[in-house]
Amino acid sequence: MWRSLWTLVRRDVSLIVMRRQDILTVVAFFIIVTTLFPLAVGPEPEILRALAPGGVWVAAALASLISLDRLFADDWRDGTLEQIVLSHQPLPMVALGKIAAHWLSLGLPLVILSPLLGYSLGLRGFELVVLMGSLALGTPVLSLLGATGAALMLGVRAGGALMALLVLPLYIPVLIIGSGAVSEAMHQAGPYAHLSLLGAMLAIALPLVPLAVAGALRISLD
Amino acid sequence: MLKAEGLSCRRGGRPLFSGIDFNVDPGQLLFVRGRNGCGKTTLLRAICGLTALESGQVTLRGEDIRRLDESARADLIYVGHRDAVKDEFTPLENLAVQQGLRGEGFDEARCLDALEEVGLAGYEDIPVRYLSQGQRRRTALSRLLLSSSPLWVLDEPLTALDVRAVDWLLELLEMHLAQGGLVVTTSHQPIDGLREANILDLS
Repeated sequence: MWRSLWTLVRRDVSLIVMRRQDILTVVAFFIIVTTLFPLAVGPEPEILRALAPGGVWVAAALASLISLDRLFADDWRDGTLEQIVLSHQPLPMVALGKIAAHWLSLGLPLVILSPLLGYSLGLRGFELVVLMGSLALGTPVLSLLGATGAALMLGVRAGGALMALLVLPLYIPVLIIGSGAVSEAMHQAGPYAHLSLLGAMLAIALPLVPLAVAGALRISLD
Repeated sequence: MLKAEGLSCRRGGRPLFSGIDFNVDPGQLLFVRGRNGCGKTTLLRAICGLTALESGQVTLRGEDIRRLDESARADLIYVGHRDAVKDEFTPLENLAVQQGLRGEGFDEARCLDALEEVGLAGYEDIPVRYLSQGQRRRTALSRLLLSSSPLWVLDEPLTALDVRAVDWLLELLEMHLAQGGLVVTTSHQPIDGLREANILDLS
């Protein structure tokens, strides 16, 4: 079982890396949305600093949303999903493998890039560490929640806009707690309560979401 | 070994087929025939357990096909319209992924042999996107050579294949049947080459 899971994760990562444009689109989107804030609200450092935690987090959530489009759609269209369902792997494990590959190739770059964008908006030192930590815990949760939406939207025409309506409300708690952690760090308070909450969300989503995704995938093939 | 009882299915509120019974034993081929839209693909997908039926049951060795345990699922191989071949990968990489998904280790020599037999020698390292439709189909069919599954479910396997490839495939099916395999297939082309086909007419 582990060997097939490993095959799948490697296959998905190499497909995304081969296509390149997916990673570039998501990363460029993340950068552009963040740089829109100084353009819209003006260059005062104090205002930008106050906006920074929310700004980076909103940009990361939107970037995560647009990266979901092809999570299952390609495999669904070309029949790979049928073969996966027929192979003797437990479908929730397969779903988890695909989500892991998706996060590694499209979520992790956002985490790595975030200190740079945080810095450009005026965050410093420990705040940047907390920003990166909160995204490292939060973006996997976003990927997991988004995967449920992506699986449900398979075969639906104009699924993109509908997916935003379905998935963004689910992102709200993660967004509040994630940006809250950075705000706490800015006000000399400990961000650990928020980070623990993000960790708890991840711990709950990790075993439960794959079950939901597997159910949705089965329905999409029927 | 493969048994169907009283299969019926509705798609989009319209009855597609009903009261289908058949029994396929080792060494037998079931040829599903019918006009476009009569439910051939749906029936084949139902035999694999992908599509839910309105009523009836498909069993393989007495076990419900939708509840097969993990080792029993390896008894079945399905090549459908959507051929699960990735454009970005080369035929060899495609086979490696397929083998990995089935939980087998990648055996490069066997994969190369299989690709040579389907007539893709010299194309192993070219991404499938640059290959023709027929070569793509051959890549998908080369999976049959690597599997030890007794039951083959093939949806329109002859589409896009040239005369020589059709002959090769019919020969392969013949060999599989002679070794006690089971084949369920559909095609719009005649399959005169094959002996004793059980024919199921859906229309």
